Amino acid sequence: MPTVELRFAALNGHVRTARMIATAVSRCAGVPAGAADEIKLAVTEACARAVRVNRRHAPQSPVHVALTETPDSFTITVADRGQSGDEVAPGPDGGLVTASTLLDLEPDSAAPPWWSEPAEEESEADGGFPPGLGLALIEGLVDEVQISRGADGVGTIVAMTWHTGPAVAPSDSIL
Amino acid sequence: MDLSLTTRQEGNHTVVVVGGEIDVYTAPKLREQLIDLVSGGSYHLVVDMEGVEFLDSTGLGVLVGGLKRVRAHDGSLHLVCTQERILKIFRITGLTKVFPIHSSVEDALAAHE
Repeated sequence: MPTVELRFAALNGHVRTARMIATAVSRCAGVPAGAADEIKLAVTEACARAVRVNRRHAPQSPVHVALTETPDSFTITVADRGQSGDEVAPGPDGGLVTASTLLDLEPDSAAPPWWSEPAEEESEADGGFPPGLGLALIEGLVDEVQISRGADGVGTIVAMTWHTGPAVAPSDSIL
Repeated sequence: MDLSLTTRQEGNHTVVVVGGEIDVYTAPKLREQLIDLVSGGSYHLVVDMEGVEFLDSTGLGVLVGGLKRVRAHDGSLHLVCTQERILKIFRITGLTKVFPIHSSVEDALAAHE
């Protein structure tokens, strides 16, 4: 059973609420202090993505966040009510692509990089980034990420897990 | 904490001092500020992020949008940031290759002389 559950209307202003709650709960759960910044960013990206997806497909549906603590892990799941595969950019191995690949920043890329294109007016509703960037960022922040369909076949569940057991080496992040 | 924005002129550069949290909710304010500056003819921007406590991908998108806009006018957008937790986000996304990042406003201004 989740330690804390949260449902919020699909509005950007509530993403911060989810971030604050996740930060507070992770602290209680004994997540290493160095991982606090990763958790804040990962939960923000997951919730912002879920808000976008719900607003597109199910604006009346809330975003569901569950924070679950076990003796050696801390898991945050964020569930939307959109269509399967929304804003999920699959990598060549079936996993998630990395952010720098998605942004086409790899050095050998032949095409001109996406960011060198001149700005187009009104094209930045989502910051001008390709869909899937939020998840790609999460991939770089979390010990384990699992993407699955909702239990009833609707929506996507993003499950992010951090290890909290004694074997975890202290992170060198600066707080 | 909400987003705070102040701007000042340093020679032909405009320094934008950002504080607080840049996320999906507050990033539009920063976007408007950058758009206003470029519309008003400020094409050389230094964004001072030393007071930023949180930055997400929406905020990164706004900075990239600002970069595209100034480049359309042969301008520049330099960042000032020494905070490891913010720099890490630029590294994960590979955006350290896109933005010149400096340790102080003075360095950013000097780099462009």
